[in-house]
Amino acid sequence: MVSTNVKILIVAVGLLAFAYIVPQSGSFVVLLATRAMAFAILAMSVDLLLGFTGMSSMGQAAYFGVGAYLTAVLATKFHFGMGWDFWLVVVMGILIGCALAALFGLFAIRAGGVYFLMITLALGQCVWGLAYRWNSLTGGDNGINMSGRPNFGLDLGNEVTFFYLVFAFFAVSMILLYVLVRSPFGRSLAGIRERELRMQILGYNTWLHKYIAFVIAGGFGGLAGVLWAHTNGHVSPETVVLTTSVDSLLMVVLGGAGTLVGAAIGTAIVFGLREFLSTLVPWWQYALGGVYVLTILYLPMGLMGIPSRFRQRTQSKDEGAKKLASKPS
Amino acid sequence: MSSESQTSGEVPVLELRQLCKSFGGLQATREVTLRIMPGDRQAIIGPNGAGKTTLFNLITGIYPVTSGQVLLFGQDVTKWPSHKRTAMGMARTFQVTHLFPGLTVLDNVLLAIKGLRRSKFVMWRFLSSYKEVYDKAYHLLEQAGFLDRKDLEVRNLSHGEQRQLEIVLGLASDPKILLLDEPAAGLSSGESTDMAKFLMKLDPKLAILLIEHDMDVVFDVASQISVLHFGQILETGTPKQIHSSAKVQEIYLGTD
Repeated sequence: MVSTNVKILIVAVGLLAFAYIVPQSGSFVVLLATRAMAFAILAMSVDLLLGFTGMSSMGQAAYFGVGAYLTAVLATKFHFGMGWDFWLVVVMGILIGCALAALFGLFAIRAGGVYFLMITLALGQCVWGLAYRWNSLTGGDNGINMSGRPNFGLDLGNEVTFFYLVFAFFAVSMILLYVLVRSPFGRSLAGIRERELRMQILGYNTWLHKYIAFVIAGGFGGLAGVLWAHTNGHVSPETVVLTTSVDSLLMVVLGGAGTLVGAAIGTAIVFGLREFLSTLVPWWQYALGGVYVLTILYLPMGLMGIPSRFRQRTQSKDEGAKKLASKPS
Repeated sequence: MSSESQTSGEVPVLELRQLCKSFGGLQATREVTLRIMPGDRQAIIGPNGAGKTTLFNLITGIYPVTSGQVLLFGQDVTKWPSHKRTAMGMARTFQVTHLFPGLTVLDNVLLAIKGLRRSKFVMWRFLSSYKEVYDKAYHLLEQAGFLDRKDLEVRNLSHGEQRQLEIVLGLASDPKILLLDEPAAGLSSGESTDMAKFLMKLDPKLAILLIEHDMDVVFDVASQISVLHFGQILETGTPKQIHSSAKVQEIYLGTD
Protein backbone atom coordinates (compact mmCIF):
# COMPACT_ATOMS: atom_id res chain seq x y z
CA MET A 1 0.00 0.00 0.00
CA VAL A 2 1.19 3.48 -0.86
CA SER A 3 2.06 5.33 2.32
CA THR A 4 0.46 8.66 3.16
CA ASN A 5 3.73 10.53 2.74
CA VAL A 6 4.15 9.24 -0.79
CA LYS A 7 0.60 10.30 -1.62
CA ILE A 8 1.23 13.80 -0.27
CA LEU A 9 4.43 13.96 -2.32
CA ILE A 10 2.58 12.93 -5.48
CA VAL A 11 -0.04 15.63 -4.95
CA ALA A 12 2.60 18.28 -4.19
CA VAL A 13 4.60 17.40 -7.29
CA GLY A 14 1.42 17.38 -9.36
CA LEU A 15 0.44 20.83 -8.10
CA LEU A 16 3.89 22.29 -8.74
CA ALA A 17 3.99 20.80 -12.23
CA PHE A 18 0.55 22.28 -12.86
CA ALA A 19 1.69 25.72 -11.67
CA TYR A 20 4.77 25.46 -13.85
CA ILE A 21 3.22 24.18 -17.07
CA VAL A 22 -0.05 26.13 -17.28
CA PRO A 23 1.40 29.67 -17.53
CA GLN A 24 3.42 28.57 -20.54
CA SER A 25 0.41 27.29 -22.44
CA GLY A 26 -1.26 30.43 -23.69
CA SER A 27 -3.83 32.77 -22.20
CA PHE A 28 -6.81 30.56 -23.03
CA VAL A 29 -5.47 27.68 -20.95
CA VAL A 30 -4.43 30.03 -18.15
CA LEU A 31 -7.94 31.47 -17.88
CA LEU A 32 -9.52 28.03 -18.07
CA ALA A 33 -7.21 26.72 -15.34
CA THR A 34 -7.93 29.77 -13.17
CA ARG A 35 -11.68 29.25 -13.50
CA ALA A 36 -11.31 25.56 -12.74
CA MET A 37 -9.24 26.21 -9.61
CA ALA A 38 -11.71 28.77 -8.25
CA PHE A 39 -14.50 26.28 -8.83
CA ALA A 40 -12.41 23.45 -7.39
CA ILE A 41 -12.41 25.23 -4.02
CA LEU A 42 -16.21 25.02 -4.12
CA ALA A 43 -16.02 21.36 -5.15
CA MET A 44 -13.68 20.57 -2.25
CA SER A 45 -16.11 22.24 0.16
CA VAL A 46 -18.81 19.98 -1.27
CA ASP A 47 -16.51 17.01 -0.72
CA LEU A 48 -16.11 17.97 2.93
CA LEU A 49 -19.87 17.55 3.24
CA LEU A 50 -20.51 14.69 0.83
CA GLY A 51 -17.35 12.61 1.08
CA PHE A 52 -16.36 13.16 4.68
CA THR A 53 -19.62 13.85 6.50
CA GLY A 54 -22.04 12.00 4.23
CA MET A 55 -24.31 14.99 3.59
CA SER A 56 -25.21 15.59 -0.04
CA SER A 57 -25.82 19.31 -0.25
CA MET A 58 -27.65 20.57 -3.33
CA GLY A 59 -27.25 24.21 -2.40
CA GLN A 60 -23.55 24.99 -2.34
CA ALA A 61 -24.05 27.50 -5.17
CA ALA A 62 -25.73 29.77 -2.62
CA TYR A 63 -22.50 30.42 -0.69
CA PHE A 64 -20.54 30.62 -3.93
CA GLY A 65 -23.13 33.10 -5.19
CA VAL A 66 -23.15 35.42 -2.17
CA GLY A 67 -19.35 35.53 -2.27
CA ALA A 68 -19.42 36.42 -5.95
CA TYR A 69 -22.23 38.98 -5.65
CA LEU A 70 -20.61 40.57 -2.62
CA THR A 71 -17.42 41.06 -4.62
CA ALA A 72 -19.21 42.42 -7.66
CA VAL A 73 -21.53 44.76 -5.77
CA LEU A 74 -18.70 46.18 -3.65
CA ALA A 75 -16.51 46.64 -6.72
CA THR A 76 -19.09 48.32 -8.94
CA LYS A 77 -21.23 50.28 -6.47
CA PHE A 78 -18.58 51.29 -3.93
CA HIS A 79 -15.40 50.73 -5.85
CA PHE A 80 -14.27 48.71 -2.87
CA GLY A 81 -11.88 45.81 -3.12
CA MET A 82 -9.99 46.95 -6.19
CA GLY A 83 -6.77 47.73 -4.33
CA TRP A 84 -5.23 46.24 -1.21
CA ASP A 85 -8.76 46.07 0.20
CA PHE A 86 -9.18 43.04 -2.06
CA TRP A 87 -7.94 41.08 0.93
CA LEU A 88 -10.74 42.53 3.05
CA VAL A 89 -13.22 41.38 0.43
CA VAL A 90 -11.72 37.89 0.62
CA VAL A 91 -12.27 37.86 4.37
CA MET A 92 -15.77 39.30 3.97
CA GLY A 93 -16.56 36.72 1.28
CA ILE A 94 -15.54 33.89 3.60
CA LEU A 95 -17.52 35.41 6.46
CA ILE A 96 -20.68 35.96 4.43
CA GLY A 97 -20.47 32.37 3.17
CA CYS A 98 -20.11 31.17 6.77
CA ALA A 99 -22.93 33.42 7.95
CA LEU A 100 -25.36 32.24 5.29
CA ALA A 101 -24.43 28.61 5.94
CA ALA A 102 -24.89 29.22 9.66
CA LEU A 103 -28.41 30.45 8.95
CA PHE A 104 -29.31 27.76 6.40
CA GLY A 105 -27.71 25.08 8.53
CA LEU A 106 -30.27 25.71 11.25
CA PHE A 107 -32.94 24.47 8.86
CA ALA A 108 -31.01 21.88 6.89
CA ILE A 109 -28.97 19.98 9.49
CA ARG A 110 -32.09 18.78 11.31
CA ALA A 111 -32.80 16.49 8.39
CA GLY A 112 -30.79 13.68 6.90
CA GLY A 113 -30.39 12.01 3.53
CA VAL A 114 -32.80 13.05 0.81
CA TYR A 115 -34.53 15.56 3.08
CA PHE A 116 -31.27 17.35 3.69
CA LEU A 117 -30.75 17.43 -0.06
CA MET A 118 -34.22 18.87 -0.69
CA ILE A 119 -33.91 21.54 1.99
CA THR A 120 -30.50 22.69 0.78
CA LEU A 121 -31.86 22.72 -2.76
CA ALA A 122 -34.82 24.87 -1.75
CA LEU A 123 -32.66 27.29 0.23
CA GLY A 124 -30.22 27.51 -2.67
CA GLN A 125 -33.09 28.39 -4.98
CA CYS A 126 -34.14 31.16 -2.59
CA VAL A 127 -30.75 32.78 -3.10
CA TRP A 128 -31.07 32.34 -6.84
CA GLY A 129 -34.51 33.94 -6.69
CA LEU A 130 -33.09 36.93 -4.85
CA ALA A 131 -30.28 37.32 -7.35
CA TYR A 132 -32.77 37.14 -10.20
CA ARG A 133 -35.39 39.49 -8.77
CA TRP A 134 -33.51 42.06 -6.70
CA ASN A 135 -32.79 44.24 -9.71
CA SER A 136 -31.50 47.27 -7.88
CA LEU A 137 -28.76 45.33 -6.14
CA THR A 138 -27.96 42.42 -8.43
CA GLY A 139 -28.86 43.77 -11.84
CA GLY A 140 -31.44 41.01 -12.23
CA ASP A 141 -31.05 38.69 -15.17
CA ASN A 142 -28.27 40.79 -16.71
CA GLY A 143 -26.10 40.45 -13.67
CA ILE A 144 -23.20 42.74 -12.88
CA ASN A 145 -20.28 43.49 -15.15
CA MET A 146 -17.10 44.35 -13.34
CA SER A 147 -14.41 46.51 -14.84
CA GLY A 148 -10.96 45.13 -14.34
CA ARG A 149 -9.33 43.26 -11.49
CA PRO A 150 -7.75 44.59 -8.29
CA ASN A 151 -4.31 46.12 -8.41
CA PHE A 152 -2.36 46.37 -5.17
CA GLY A 153 1.20 46.46 -6.38
CA LEU A 154 0.42 43.09 -7.86
CA ASP A 155 -1.60 43.75 -10.99
CA LEU A 156 -4.19 41.00 -11.04
CA GLY A 157 -5.28 42.23 -14.47
CA ASN A 158 -2.33 40.19 -15.71
CA GLU A 159 -3.75 36.71 -16.37
CA VAL A 160 -0.65 34.88 -15.20
CA THR A 161 -0.35 36.87 -11.97
CA PHE A 162 -3.99 36.23 -11.25
CA PHE A 163 -3.50 32.55 -12.05
CA TYR A 164 -0.78 32.34 -9.41
CA LEU A 165 -2.96 34.12 -6.86
CA VAL A 166 -5.88 31.75 -7.41
CA PHE A 167 -3.46 28.84 -7.42
CA ALA A 168 -2.19 29.95 -3.99
CA PHE A 169 -5.75 30.16 -2.65
CA PHE A 170 -6.53 26.77 -4.13
CA ALA A 171 -3.43 25.11 -2.69
CA VAL A 172 -3.91 26.67 0.75
CA SER A 173 -7.58 25.63 0.76
CA MET A 174 -6.58 22.10 -0.08
CA ILE A 175 -3.97 22.02 2.69
CA LEU A 176 -6.37 23.49 5.25
CA LEU A 177 -9.09 21.03 4.32
CA TYR A 178 -6.60 18.17 4.38
CA VAL A 179 -5.51 19.05 7.91
CA LEU A 180 -9.16 19.45 8.86
CA VAL A 181 -10.22 16.01 7.65
CA ARG A 182 -7.28 14.35 9.38
CA SER A 183 -7.91 16.19 12.65
CA PRO A 184 -9.97 14.79 15.53
CA PHE A 185 -12.87 16.90 14.31
CA GLY A 186 -12.50 15.64 10.75
CA ARG A 187 -12.39 12.03 11.91
CA SER A 188 -15.56 12.62 13.91
CA LEU A 189 -17.21 13.63 10.64
CA ALA A 190 -16.18 10.30 9.13
CA GLY A 191 -17.73 8.57 12.12
CA ILE A 192 -20.96 10.48 11.56
CA ARG A 193 -20.90 9.45 7.90
CA GLU A 194 -20.46 5.82 8.86
CA ARG A 195 -22.92 5.59 11.76
CA GLU A 196 -24.41 8.68 13.30
CA LEU A 197 -26.34 6.91 16.05
CA ARG A 198 -23.20 5.25 17.36
CA MET A 199 -21.47 8.62 17.44
CA GLN A 200 -24.25 10.03 19.62
CA ILE A 201 -23.94 7.10 21.98
CA LEU A 202 -20.18 7.65 22.12
CA GLY A 203 -20.79 11.16 23.40
CA TYR A 204 -20.65 13.27 20.26
CA ASN A 205 -23.19 16.01 19.70
CA THR A 206 -23.49 15.02 16.05
CA TRP A 207 -25.74 17.94 15.16
CA LEU A 208 -23.08 20.40 16.27
CA HIS A 209 -20.33 18.61 14.36
CA LYS A 210 -22.39 18.58 11.17
CA TYR A 211 -23.34 22.21 11.68
CA ILE A 212 -19.72 23.30 12.08
CA ALA A 213 -18.72 21.33 8.97
CA PHE A 214 -21.59 22.95 7.07
CA VAL A 215 -20.51 26.44 8.12
CA ILE A 216 -16.89 25.75 7.19
CA ALA A 217 -17.98 24.46 3.79
CA GLY A 218 -20.02 27.65 3.38
CA GLY A 219 -16.92 29.72 4.10
CA PHE A 220 -14.89 27.94 1.43
CA GLY A 221 -17.85 28.38 -0.93
CA GLY A 222 -17.79 32.13 -0.26
CA LEU A 223 -14.06 32.28 -0.92
CA ALA A 224 -14.50 30.41 -4.20
CA GLY A 225 -17.23 32.92 -5.13
CA VAL A 226 -14.95 35.93 -4.57
CA LEU A 227 -12.29 34.42 -6.81
CA TRP A 228 -14.87 33.36 -9.38
CA ALA A 229 -16.25 36.91 -9.67
CA HIS A 230 -12.80 38.31 -10.39
CA THR A 231 -11.95 35.48 -12.77
CA ASN A 232 -14.94 36.10 -15.01
CA GLY A 233 -15.46 39.81 -14.41
CA HIS A 234 -19.17 39.04 -14.54
CA VAL A 235 -21.67 37.76 -12.00
CA SER A 236 -25.21 36.78 -12.92
CA PRO A 237 -27.99 34.51 -11.60
CA GLU A 238 -26.26 31.83 -13.69
CA THR A 239 -23.60 31.76 -10.95
CA VAL A 240 -26.13 30.85 -8.27
CA VAL A 241 -28.36 28.61 -10.34
CA LEU A 242 -29.10 25.02 -9.34
CA THR A 243 -26.83 23.73 -12.12
CA THR A 244 -23.81 25.16 -10.30
CA SER A 245 -24.67 23.15 -7.19
CA VAL A 246 -25.32 20.01 -9.21
CA ASP A 247 -22.09 20.48 -11.15
CA SER A 248 -20.05 20.76 -7.99
CA LEU A 249 -21.68 17.63 -6.61
CA LEU A 250 -21.09 15.66 -9.81
CA MET A 251 -17.47 16.78 -10.02
CA VAL A 252 -16.88 15.37 -6.55
CA VAL A 253 -18.55 12.10 -7.46
CA LEU A 254 -16.58 11.90 -10.71
CA GLY A 255 -13.23 12.51 -9.02
CA GLY A 256 -14.00 10.43 -5.96
CA ALA A 257 -15.80 11.59 -2.84
CA GLY A 258 -13.86 11.69 0.40
CA THR A 259 -10.48 12.39 -1.17
CA LEU A 260 -10.32 16.22 -1.69
CA VAL A 261 -7.85 15.66 -4.54
CA GLY A 262 -10.63 13.83 -6.35
CA ALA A 263 -12.82 16.93 -6.17
CA ALA A 264 -10.05 18.96 -7.81
CA ILE A 265 -9.47 16.34 -10.49
CA GLY A 266 -13.18 16.04 -11.17
CA THR A 267 -13.42 19.80 -11.59
CA ALA A 268 -10.45 19.86 -13.95
CA ILE A 269 -11.90 17.08 -16.07
CA VAL A 270 -15.36 18.63 -16.33
CA PHE A 271 -13.97 22.08 -17.17
CA GLY A 272 -11.57 20.58 -19.69
CA LEU A 273 -14.11 18.32 -21.32
CA ARG A 274 -16.67 21.09 -21.48
CA GLU A 275 -14.34 23.50 -23.28
CA PHE A 276 -12.93 20.80 -25.50
CA LEU A 277 -16.16 19.03 -26.44
CA SER A 278 -18.26 22.15 -26.88
CA THR A 279 -15.99 23.25 -29.72
CA LEU A 280 -16.29 19.85 -31.38
CA VAL A 281 -19.90 18.74 -31.14
CA PRO A 282 -23.20 20.43 -30.31
CA TRP A 283 -24.30 17.47 -28.15
CA TRP A 284 -21.37 17.69 -25.76
CA GLN A 285 -23.66 17.74 -22.74
CA TYR A 286 -24.74 14.20 -23.53
CA ALA A 287 -21.12 13.10 -23.60
CA LEU A 288 -20.61 14.64 -20.17
CA GLY A 289 -23.76 12.95 -18.93
CA GLY A 290 -22.45 9.65 -20.25
CA VAL A 291 -19.20 10.14 -18.34
CA TYR A 292 -21.16 10.69 -15.12
CA VAL A 293 -23.33 7.63 -15.62
CA LEU A 294 -20.37 5.38 -16.43
CA THR A 295 -18.47 6.65 -13.39
CA ILE A 296 -21.34 5.97 -11.03
CA LEU A 297 -21.95 2.53 -12.53
CA TYR A 298 -18.40 1.28 -12.79
CA LEU A 299 -16.38 3.49 -10.45
CA PRO A 300 -18.55 4.26 -7.43
CA MET A 301 -15.42 5.54 -5.68
CA GLY A 302 -14.72 7.88 -8.61
CA LEU A 303 -11.47 8.22 -10.50
CA MET A 304 -9.51 8.23 -7.23
CA GLY A 305 -10.90 4.77 -6.57
CA ILE A 306 -9.04 3.23 -9.49
CA PRO A 307 -5.75 2.53 -7.66
CA SER A 308 -7.44 0.95 -4.66
CA ARG A 309 -9.53 -1.14 -7.01
CA PHE A 310 -6.43 -2.58 -8.60
CA ARG A 311 -4.87 -3.04 -5.21
CA GLN A 312 -7.90 -4.87 -3.90
CA ARG A 313 -7.85 -7.22 -6.84
CA THR A 314 -4.24 -8.20 -6.30
CA GLN A 315 -4.61 -8.16 -2.52
CA SER A 316 -7.61 -10.49 -2.46
CA LYS A 317 -5.61 -12.93 -4.58
CA ASP A 318 -2.70 -12.71 -2.13
CA GLU A 319 -4.89 -13.06 0.90
CA GLY A 320 -6.75 -15.99 -0.57
CA ALA A 321 -3.48 -17.77 -1.12
CA LYS A 322 -2.29 -16.90 2.38
CA LYS A 323 -5.48 -18.12 3.99
CA LEU A 324 -5.29 -21.42 2.17
CA ALA A 325 -1.67 -21.82 3.21
CA SER A 326 -2.18 -21.00 6.88
CA LYS A 327 -5.43 -22.88 7.42
CA PRO A 328 -4.94 -25.65 9.94
CA SER A 329 -6.28 -28.87 8.49
CA MET B 1 -33.28 -10.62 47.24
CA SER B 2 -31.73 -7.20 47.75
CA SER B 3 -28.01 -7.12 47.15
CA GLU B 4 -25.70 -5.71 49.81
CA SER B 5 -25.00 -2.51 47.87
CA GLN B 6 -28.64 -1.47 47.96
CA THR B 7 -28.62 -1.22 51.72
CA SER B 8 -25.46 0.88 52.01
CA GLY B 9 -27.18 4.13 50.99
CA GLU B 10 -25.16 4.71 47.82
CA VAL B 11 -26.63 6.66 44.94
CA PRO B 12 -27.84 4.29 42.23
CA VAL B 13 -25.91 4.47 38.97
CA LEU B 14 -29.14 4.21 37.07
CA GLU B 15 -32.68 4.55 38.27
CA LEU B 16 -35.91 4.28 36.31
CA ARG B 17 -39.13 5.59 37.85
CA GLN B 18 -42.46 4.52 36.37
CA LEU B 19 -41.06 4.73 32.88
CA CYS B 20 -43.70 4.52 30.12
CA LYS B 21 -43.48 4.66 26.36
CA SER B 22 -46.29 4.43 23.83
CA PHE B 23 -45.98 4.24 20.07
CA GLY B 24 -49.45 5.38 19.06
CA GLY B 25 -51.76 2.86 20.67
CA LEU B 26 -49.00 0.39 21.48
CA GLN B 27 -47.70 0.60 25.02
CA ALA B 28 -44.17 -0.65 24.60
CA THR B 29 -43.01 0.16 28.13
CA ARG B 30 -45.32 0.24 31.16
CA GLU B 31 -44.36 1.64 34.53
CA VAL B 32 -40.88 0.18 34.59
CA THR B 33 -39.06 0.91 37.84
CA LEU B 34 -35.51 -0.26 38.27
CA ARG B 35 -32.43 0.56 40.35
CA ILE B 36 -28.88 -0.34 39.38
CA MET B 37 -26.18 0.18 42.00
CA PRO B 38 -22.42 0.46 41.27
CA GLY B 39 -21.05 -2.93 40.31
CA ASP B 40 -24.47 -4.55 39.90
CA ARG B 41 -24.83 -7.11 37.17
CA GLN B 42 -28.43 -7.12 36.16
CA ALA B 43 -30.02 -8.89 33.23
CA ILE B 44 -33.34 -8.20 31.55
CA ILE B 45 -34.90 -11.15 29.84
CA GLY B 46 -38.20 -11.52 28.09
CA PRO B 47 -39.74 -12.92 24.95
CA ASN B 48 -39.34 -11.19 21.60
CA GLY B 49 -41.29 -7.95 21.49
CA ALA B 50 -41.35 -7.59 25.27
CA GLY B 51 -39.87 -4.08 24.92
CA LYS B 52 -36.31 -4.76 25.99
CA THR B 53 -34.56 -2.77 23.30
CA THR B 54 -37.17 -0.01 23.59
CA LEU B 55 -36.27 0.24 27.26
CA PHE B 56 -32.60 0.64 26.32
CA ASN B 57 -33.48 3.31 23.79
CA LEU B 58 -35.35 5.20 26.50
CA ILE B 59 -32.46 4.89 28.94
CA THR B 60 -29.94 6.10 26.36
CA GLY B 61 -32.13 8.92 25.07
CA ILE B 62 -32.70 7.68 21.55
CA TYR B 63 -36.49 7.76 22.05
CA PRO B 64 -38.23 10.44 24.09
CA VAL B 65 -40.13 8.96 27.03
CA THR B 66 -43.92 9.27 27.28
CA SER B 67 -43.91 9.57 31.06
CA GLY B 68 -41.72 8.67 33.99
CA GLN B 69 -38.12 9.48 34.81
CA VAL B 70 -34.61 8.30 34.02
CA LEU B 71 -31.95 9.15 36.61
CA LEU B 72 -28.20 8.74 36.20
CA PHE B 73 -26.24 9.07 39.46
CA GLY B 74 -29.29 10.61 41.08
CA GLN B 75 -29.67 13.27 38.40
CA ASP B 76 -32.78 13.49 36.28
CA VAL B 77 -31.64 13.05 32.67
CA THR B 78 -35.07 12.25 31.19
CA LYS B 79 -34.91 15.12 28.70
CA TRP B 80 -31.19 14.94 27.95
CA PRO B 81 -29.79 14.02 24.52
CA SER B 82 -27.75 10.82 24.22
CA HIS B 83 -24.33 12.43 24.06
CA LYS B 84 -24.80 14.20 27.40
CA ARG B 85 -25.85 10.97 29.08
CA THR B 86 -22.73 9.31 27.71
CA ALA B 87 -20.68 12.11 29.22
CA MET B 88 -22.06 11.18 32.64
CA GLY B 89 -20.62 7.68 32.36
CA MET B 90 -23.13 5.62 30.43
CA ALA B 91 -22.24 3.43 27.47
CA ARG B 92 -24.17 0.93 25.42
CA THR B 93 -23.83 -1.63 22.70
CA PHE B 94 -26.41 -2.44 20.06
CA GLN B 95 -28.31 -5.61 19.29
CA VAL B 96 -27.70 -5.02 15.61
CA THR B 97 -24.02 -4.19 15.27
CA HIS B 98 -23.51 -0.43 15.08
CA LEU B 99 -19.87 0.06 14.20
CA PHE B 100 -18.18 2.27 11.63
CA PRO B 101 -17.92 -0.30 8.85
CA GLY B 102 -15.75 1.70 6.46
CA LEU B 103 -13.16 2.64 9.09
CA THR B 104 -10.38 0.51 10.52
CA VAL B 105 -10.60 -1.23 13.89
CA LEU B 106 -8.13 1.29 15.27
CA ASP B 107 -10.13 4.26 13.95
CA ASN B 108 -13.29 2.84 15.52
CA VAL B 109 -11.63 2.71 18.92
CA LEU B 110 -10.02 6.14 18.49
CA LEU B 111 -13.40 7.70 17.77
CA ALA B 112 -14.83 5.98 20.81
CA ILE B 113 -12.06 7.32 23.06
CA LYS B 114 -12.34 10.83 21.64
CA GLY B 115 -16.09 10.96 22.24
CA LEU B 116 -15.85 12.47 25.70
CA ARG B 117 -12.82 14.66 25.20
CA ARG B 118 -12.93 18.32 24.40
CA SER B 119 -10.19 17.85 21.82
CA LYS B 120 -12.76 16.22 19.55
CA PHE B 121 -13.36 19.73 18.19
CA VAL B 122 -9.71 20.38 17.31
CA MET B 123 -9.33 20.97 13.56
CA TRP B 124 -5.78 22.24 13.19
CA ARG B 125 -3.85 19.22 14.33
CA PHE B 126 -3.72 15.65 13.03
CA LEU B 127 -5.49 13.08 15.15
CA SER B 128 -2.36 10.96 14.81
CA SER B 129 -0.43 13.50 16.90
CA TYR B 130 -2.41 12.58 20.04
CA LYS B 131 -0.07 9.95 21.41
CA GLU B 132 -1.95 9.37 24.64
CA VAL B 133 -5.19 8.59 22.77
CA TYR B 134 -3.32 6.13 20.58
CA ASP B 135 -1.71 4.51 23.61
CA LYS B 136 -5.10 4.02 25.18
CA ALA B 137 -6.51 2.60 21.94
CA TYR B 138 -3.62 0.13 21.69
CA HIS B 139 -4.15 -0.83 25.31
CA LEU B 140 -7.87 -1.50 24.76
CA LEU B 141 -7.17 -3.43 21.58
CA GLU B 142 -4.53 -5.48 23.30
CA GLN B 143 -6.84 -6.40 26.15
CA ALA B 144 -9.48 -7.52 23.71
CA GLY B 145 -6.94 -9.34 21.55
CA PHE B 146 -7.53 -7.17 18.48
CA LEU B 147 -4.07 -5.66 18.13
CA ASP B 148 -3.11 -7.81 15.15
CA ARG B 149 -6.27 -6.76 13.29
CA LYS B 150 -6.14 -3.04 14.08
CA ASP B 151 -5.71 -1.95 10.45
CA LEU B 152 -8.53 -4.07 9.03
CA GLU B 153 -11.69 -2.33 7.97
CA VAL B 154 -14.42 -3.32 10.36
CA ARG B 155 -16.72 -4.57 7.60
CA ASN B 156 -14.14 -7.30 6.94
CA LEU B 157 -14.33 -8.68 10.48
CA SER B 158 -16.41 -11.75 11.29
CA HIS B 159 -19.72 -11.30 13.06
CA GLY B 160 -18.29 -12.59 16.34
CA GLU B 161 -15.38 -10.19 16.15
CA GLN B 162 -17.74 -7.31 15.45
CA ARG B 163 -19.81 -8.21 18.52
CA GLN B 164 -16.67 -8.07 20.67
CA LEU B 165 -15.58 -4.80 19.12
CA GLU B 166 -19.01 -3.37 20.03
CA ILE B 167 -18.13 -3.92 23.68
CA VAL B 168 -14.62 -2.53 23.25
CA LEU B 169 -16.16 0.68 21.88
CA GLY B 170 -18.53 0.74 24.84
CA LEU B 171 -15.62 0.46 27.26
CA ALA B 172 -13.51 3.10 25.54
CA SER B 173 -15.26 5.97 27.33
CA ASP B 174 -14.51 4.42 30.78
CA PRO B 175 -18.20 4.11 31.61
CA LYS B 176 -19.62 3.47 35.07
CA ILE B 177 -22.59 1.67 33.62
CA LEU B 178 -22.60 -0.42 30.50
CA LEU B 179 -25.82 -1.36 28.73
CA LEU B 180 -25.37 -4.49 26.64
CA ASP B 181 -28.08 -5.25 24.11
CA GLU B 182 -27.79 -8.95 23.33
CA PRO B 183 -24.00 -9.15 23.16
CA ALA B 184 -24.22 -12.81 22.16
CA ALA B 185 -26.76 -12.29 19.37
CA GLY B 186 -25.91 -14.51 16.43
CA LEU B 187 -22.87 -16.06 18.09
CA SER B 188 -22.14 -19.77 18.02
CA SER B 189 -22.24 -21.55 21.40
CA GLY B 190 -18.45 -21.53 21.63
CA GLU B 191 -18.34 -17.84 20.87
CA SER B 192 -21.04 -17.10 23.48
CA THR B 193 -18.99 -18.88 26.12
CA ASP B 194 -16.03 -16.68 25.16
CA MET B 195 -18.28 -13.64 25.36
CA ALA B 196 -19.51 -14.61 28.85
CA LYS B 197 -15.91 -15.06 30.00
CA PHE B 198 -14.98 -11.72 28.48
CA LEU B 199 -17.85 -10.03 30.35
CA MET B 200 -16.98 -11.67 33.65
CA LYS B 201 -13.43 -10.36 33.37
CA LEU B 202 -14.59 -6.72 33.25
CA ASP B 203 -13.92 -4.35 36.14
CA PRO B 204 -16.13 -5.45 39.08
CA LYS B 205 -16.97 -1.80 39.87
CA LEU B 206 -18.61 -1.43 36.45
CA ALA B 207 -22.39 -1.82 36.58
CA ILE B 208 -23.84 -3.84 33.74
CA LEU B 209 -27.39 -3.98 32.50
CA LEU B 210 -27.71 -6.83 30.07
CA ILE B 211 -30.37 -7.91 27.62
CA GLU B 212 -29.76 -11.43 26.47
CA HIS B 213 -31.56 -14.42 25.03
CA ASP B 214 -28.71 -16.83 25.61
CA MET B 215 -29.55 -18.13 29.10
CA ASP B 216 -26.08 -19.55 29.65
CA VAL B 217 -24.61 -16.08 29.25
CA VAL B 218 -27.30 -14.57 31.50
CA PHE B 219 -26.81 -17.10 34.29
CA ASP B 220 -23.03 -16.73 34.09
CA VAL B 221 -22.91 -12.95 34.10
CA ALA B 222 -25.94 -11.64 35.99
CA SER B 223 -26.56 -11.68 39.73
CA GLN B 224 -30.06 -10.23 39.31
CA ILE B 225 -32.58 -10.93 36.60
CA SER B 226 -35.70 -8.96 35.72
CA VAL B 227 -38.31 -10.47 33.46
CA LEU B 228 -40.00 -8.12 31.03
CA HIS B 229 -43.31 -9.08 29.47
CA PHE B 230 -45.47 -6.76 27.35
CA GLY B 231 -43.37 -3.83 28.53
CA GLN B 232 -43.87 -4.60 32.22
CA ILE B 233 -41.45 -5.97 34.75
CA LEU B 234 -43.07 -9.21 35.87
CA GLU B 235 -40.56 -10.42 38.36
CA THR B 236 -37.06 -9.66 39.64
CA GLY B 237 -34.80 -12.10 41.43
CA THR B 238 -31.62 -14.09 41.48
CA PRO B 239 -30.98 -16.45 38.59
CA LYS B 240 -32.10 -19.35 40.78
CA GLN B 241 -35.38 -17.72 41.75
CA ILE B 242 -36.13 -16.79 38.15
CA HIS B 243 -35.24 -20.23 36.94
CA SER B 244 -37.72 -21.84 39.30
CA SER B 245 -40.48 -19.23 39.06
CA ALA B 246 -43.65 -20.77 37.67
CA LYS B 247 -44.84 -17.48 36.21
CA VAL B 248 -41.61 -16.98 34.30
CA GLN B 249 -41.59 -20.53 33.05
CA GLU B 250 -45.08 -20.07 31.76
CA ILE B 251 -44.31 -17.02 29.64
CA TYR B 252 -40.71 -17.47 28.80
CA LEU B 253 -38.96 -20.69 29.45
CA GLY B 254 -41.88 -22.80 28.24
CA THR B 255 -44.37 -24.82 30.25
CA ASP B 256 -43.21 -28.29 29.33
